[in-house]
Amino acid sequence: MMTLKVNGQNHEIDADPDTPLLYVLRDDIKLNAAKFGCGLGQCGSCTVIVDGNAVLSCVTPLLLLEGKQVTTLEGLGTIEAPAPIQRAFMEEQAAQCGYCIAGMMMRAQALLQKNPKPTDEQIRAELEPHLCRCGTHMRILRAVHRAIRLMDTADASSATPRRAQ
Amino acid sequence: MNAPVILDRRRVLAGGGALIVSFSLAEAFAQDQAAPAAVPVPNPPGSLKGSPFLDSWIRIDADGSITVFTGKAELGQGFKTAFQQIAAEELDVPFESLKVVTADTRFTANEGYTSGSNSVHDSGTAIQNASAQARELLVAEAARRFDLPAENLRTESGSVISPDGRRLGYGELVAADMLHVQAQPKSKLKDPASFKVVGQAVPRVDIPAKVTGGAAYVQDMRLPDMVHARVVRPPSYGAQLTDCETSAIEKLPGVVKVIRDGNFLAVVAKKEFQSIKAMNALSAAAKWKETAGLPKQDDLLRALTGLPSQDSTIFERSNPLAVGQKIIEATYTRPYQAHGSIGPSCAVAQFVDGAMTVWTHTQGVYPDRQGIAEMLRMPPASVRCIHVEGSGCYGHNGADDAAADAALIARALPGLPVRLQWTREQEHAWEPFGPAMVTKLKASLDGNGAISDWNFEVWSNTHSMRPGGAGAMLAAQHMAQPFAVPAAKPLPLPEGGGDRNAIPIYKFPNAHVVHHFIPAMPLRISAMRSLGAYHNVFSIESFMDELAVAAGADPVEFRLKHLDDPRARDVIEKAAQAFGWQKGQKAPQGRGFGFAFARYKNLAAYCAVATEVEVNRETGRPRLVRAVAAVDSGQVVNPDGLINQIEGAIMQSMSWTLYESVTFDDTRITSIDWQTYPILRFNAVPDSIEVHVINRPGQPFLGSGETGQGPAAASIANAIADATGKRLRHLPLTRKRIKDAIDA
Amino acid sequence: MIGSVLAALVIGGAVAAFAIAWRPAIAAIDPPVPQSFDAALVKRGRDLAALGNCNDCHTVRGGEDFAGGLAVPTPFGTIFSSNITPDAETGIGRWPEAAFRRAMRSGVNRDGQHLYPTFPYDHFTNVTDEDDRALYAYLMTRQPVRAPARANLLSFPLDQRVVIAGWKLLFLRRGTYQPDSMKSAEWNRGAYLVEGLAHCGSCHTPRNVLGAERASAQFAGGDVDNWHAYAINAQSPAPIPWDADALFAYLRDGWHPDHGVARGPMAQVVSNLSSVPESDIRAIATYMAGVFGAPTPDRKRRAEAVLAQAKSLSVQASKTNAVGASIYAAACATCHETGRPLPYGGVNLGLSTAISSSDPRNAINIVLSGVRPVEGERSPIMPGFAASMNDDQISALLNYLRARFSNQPAWTGVEKTIADARRTQTVFLQTSPGPHNAPADATQRDKP
Repeated sequence: MMTLKVNGQNHEIDADPDTPLLYVLRDDIKLNAAKFGCGLGQCGSCTVIVDGNAVLSCVTPLLLLEGKQVTTLEGLGTIEAPAPIQRAFMEEQAAQCGYCIAGMMMRAQALLQKNPKPTDEQIRAELEPHLCRCGTHMRILRAVHRAIRLMDTADASSATPRRAQ
Repeated sequence: MNAPVILDRRRVLAGGGALIVSFSLAEAFAQDQAAPAAVPVPNPPGSLKGSPFLDSWIRIDADGSITVFTGKAELGQGFKTAFQQIAAEELDVPFESLKVVTADTRFTANEGYTSGSNSVHDSGTAIQNASAQARELLVAEAARRFDLPAENLRTESGSVISPDGRRLGYGELVAADMLHVQAQPKSKLKDPASFKVVGQAVPRVDIPAKVTGGAAYVQDMRLPDMVHARVVRPPSYGAQLTDCETSAIEKLPGVVKVIRDGNFLAVVAKKEFQSIKAMNALSAAAKWKETAGLPKQDDLLRALTGLPSQDSTIFERSNPLAVGQKIIEATYTRPYQAHGSIGPSCAVAQFVDGAMTVWTHTQGVYPDRQGIAEMLRMPPASVRCIHVEGSGCYGHNGADDAAADAALIARALPGLPVRLQWTREQEHAWEPFGPAMVTKLKASLDGNGAISDWNFEVWSNTHSMRPGGAGAMLAAQHMAQPFAVPAAKPLPLPEGGGDRNAIPIYKFPNAHVVHHFIPAMPLRISAMRSLGAYHNVFSIESFMDELAVAAGADPVEFRLKHLDDPRARDVIEKAAQAFGWQKGQKAPQGRGFGFAFARYKNLAAYCAVATEVEVNRETGRPRLVRAVAAVDSGQVVNPDGLINQIEGAIMQSMSWTLYESVTFDDTRITSIDWQTYPILRFNAVPDSIEVHVINRPGQPFLGSGETGQGPAAASIANAIADATGKRLRHLPLTRKRIKDAIDA
Repeated sequence: MIGSVLAALVIGGAVAAFAIAWRPAIAAIDPPVPQSFDAALVKRGRDLAALGNCNDCHTVRGGEDFAGGLAVPTPFGTIFSSNITPDAETGIGRWPEAAFRRAMRSGVNRDGQHLYPTFPYDHFTNVTDEDDRALYAYLMTRQPVRAPARANLLSFPLDQRVVIAGWKLLFLRRGTYQPDSMKSAEWNRGAYLVEGLAHCGSCHTPRNVLGAERASAQFAGGDVDNWHAYAINAQSPAPIPWDADALFAYLRDGWHPDHGVARGPMAQVVSNLSSVPESDIRAIATYMAGVFGAPTPDRKRRAEAVLAQAKSLSVQASKTNAVGASIYAAACATCHETGRPLPYGGVNLGLSTAISSSDPRNAINIVLSGVRPVEGERSPIMPGFAASMNDDQISALLNYLRARFSNQPAWTGVEKTIADARRTQTVFLQTSPGPHNAPADATQRDKP
């Protein structure tokens, strides 16, 4: 039994400690966003955020996560109240089949949390671990750029001070 | 006269209680024709041909809610949204008020496969006409109640309105079997100029869930008491399971069952990771005798052309007066290529009281049901296949097989929902590939630099093993009482398979096109996006450039010289103009410009692509700098969806063209993951892709999902030739091949 | 200590000023027309440039080939590689062949200034005139790129090039390679390449306090960009001793089943070597096999034991390091103990030099950053664990790997090395053919 903190909530997980986080998220906690694409750390579909860093959940066993905070796409926002990254992807219609998109978004989110104004080259380099078979790459890049602008506006209009770089 | 009764739909429509109804069409369509009510009406449009009753497509409930049924599947192309737009337009209801139900053998028409870029043309057309005719019926009923002529009434937002302001909602108007009538061949369709929602970039209805973690895929399904299954596939085609000690695996934590049926091996466990561990243990315990003999990967040209073939001349034109002087010849090859779906195939099946339900991302729920029923020796009516989205499939990938696997396993565990997930390695090794192909071209130019004689030969397997019944599915091939792989059959023209787009759209005085259909399939193959068109267009459009160079002509001008189709000319001119194509242009140092065009199947959407490619002289590395495309798909339903498809086609085709080939040794497929089958990553994404849509209001919908693959490939190849001065003809155009060509 | 030695150098250099420190400028020429060079000569030059790994130092990731600008950290400061494209203003476009030859032979530029020995002319001095001619032909037919030199970041007195004159006095043995008549032609060819163009010692030989290779410790191991370049002589830590065949395969293909996959700075080396004539690689392998020397019987026995154990795959629990053992079993064994053959399966860590080396840096770098794919080509992919493991977890894992997979004493200072590796952000010297859209900042580390 292990306590795992996901999206701000504690979960008691009854799984073997070597279970990859991906299956804990999908099978135990019943979350959908992180996807099984390869289980080998080669495609990025399973990406989530752990303590602020993007992580391939299919090659991250549960035993590494004691005391760490896991954030999935579900933890960023909802259809009714989407986070900037989610709004950006909806507004850009940045999906065809959409299977790779959750992973892309989490990687982008982790990047923007650290560097709110990345260049196009930096975004492309950051998304290197991610595959998209439908060829939605141009829209994904546009969506990340859009998210930068949305986050900027959100920060500018919110009362809390801007997050340090 | 009694209309046939379909009990399932009856339950849906009437909310219980069977009703048999006759319906005279004469009243409703008196102003159009006087068709005798008793006779089935000939040639309704689109898929109405196969399912002529309007209530196969539209259901209106007493509370006014409207459901649209399509036999097609949402593959990520945005069909659900497009069909919702079409229905909303013709029914005159707000877009949000409709719900679309996709392929389900219980509820929707049998529209075969969602493939061939036929969906908007077939299903969209059916929905368009069924919606228009349903609206007519509602207006007619309102006219009856208002006691006013129908033509004085108008519809708006789901109501019929009289000139004096009286309104009746569709829900109030609809009577039990009002829509259980056969469609007429013609409908009163809305004038495109008045379209409110068709032609608009309506946001896709499926994207919100996909970006917020909603359940969107078959992989997300969770049913009560669901168990997790994994198959253990043989290491190669035809391998026989000689030994497998399963008792230890049965005792592993969480394992519910181990299934061994001939060469079909599977394990089921309560939790997903338990099933993975059990699968690994089962795989280690299985001993196989391998017998496969695969061809020499490095010499596919000889391997393919050496196989027996059925040869047919599929196009012949002769004009002895047109004589050529300069003769050019070229041979082009394409290796086996993989669909490479990002999400390996998955299905959920449940066997309850003799009825099998399968949730699957197959492209064809009806043929899949047929195959599964045959495999399980059950009546088809006892099997229900429901389409639930998977990741993009791009044709016949492992989806059908996963459905069969799940069903076979579920039958062994009555009552339990079984979730069967393929691994990445299984998807790569066992999916049916896009077939390897060889094309040989020979043409001659006359004194005016025009093509006087054109010869084209293509060698290829069939490009579809569907519908194939049980024998097309791995589970059925591997079980103890197996089903034979069905004999390969060519897909007939005008659509074609290996000969798709083999007949040139250009006008040549002499032309001779031969299809060498190869029945023997050394590797498992089937349909992959655009089928033979990818390689045939790659060949034709590369060759057109080679001829243009020989004629000293500009590639765009050269193509226009041989084309009369005005819509073809329009896309070519549009793409060239938007790109900035100039006759006699010179690309910047280290770069090249390329152009290509095709009309998919010579009857679907038109697409022209212009590209700028940079080639690194030191390393040979090709990089797409920018692409500009123009597309004509007839009446545009959702322009953003269309642009998305063309952008995607260009990116995917670039990946195929520059990187991809299935690898194998003499027994096994060796490209089994993304290390060994690399595809496009972000470091190769171009600076920009522009897609220009030429809308043709009122024209038939033309399939566009596959139209970009061939032109993108040839355009890139032509740009590489322009950049390096070297012509590459053998796909993929890898960095090493380009470097060797530069160095030669 | 350094101060006084430097002072000596400055004074010595000044004393020898006219004789050594001052070199005449060679007159500039008009940039030669590329077509004036014989195609076969250019081709030969390309092979030699690949052997010399020139584009590795003279190209920045994401930049133009040979345009320079790569920051090379040294203990004395940062040196930026120069633009060796034939650009007239900012490259070597106005250099006559004699100037190029002098730079290779003596480390002097066309203006007569001494070049910092970061440019390894202590090796290139071995290159024959004919080969210099071919290299010149190759470089002068590349794409000219306008890229002004970046100023080196050195503090006084190291920024005075006259200091180099003293260094050369002490450490540069000018002159082309002299064949050993007692050895085979192939051996000599290998020696010529290794001591010369391939400049293996630049990375693989330890340096003295003045930054020169220690002649008495040739090939005993060195450092480059926060990676450790293993000893490639009799002190090689490789569990399976290298022989000529293994070396040939590794240098040609970039991997070997008994050793692993070339990554880190070696990746670009083998990428370049994949295009040169096989006979040259054979020659290098033959020569280096002699440098490694025949393994002692004891070492042979240990190697056989390691190979045997590598074949029987079983994850062992550890009594003393349960955390490390469970991390290995859960995160690593799934690839490293499947029996899937190299280069696409994880190497059995018992065969890994990184684990057996006295320096844990390479192992740490790979665990943190993984192995990134080469664009569009079949190549191994390993995920990095920088984000999913904290320092304690990586430390436990590495200690476990060291104990389980080597018969060497435990590493010390692992925690600090991990922290340093994270902070320094390993520079990957071009592991793939110049991706255009890579970050312009060459020190940005590959993220997992």
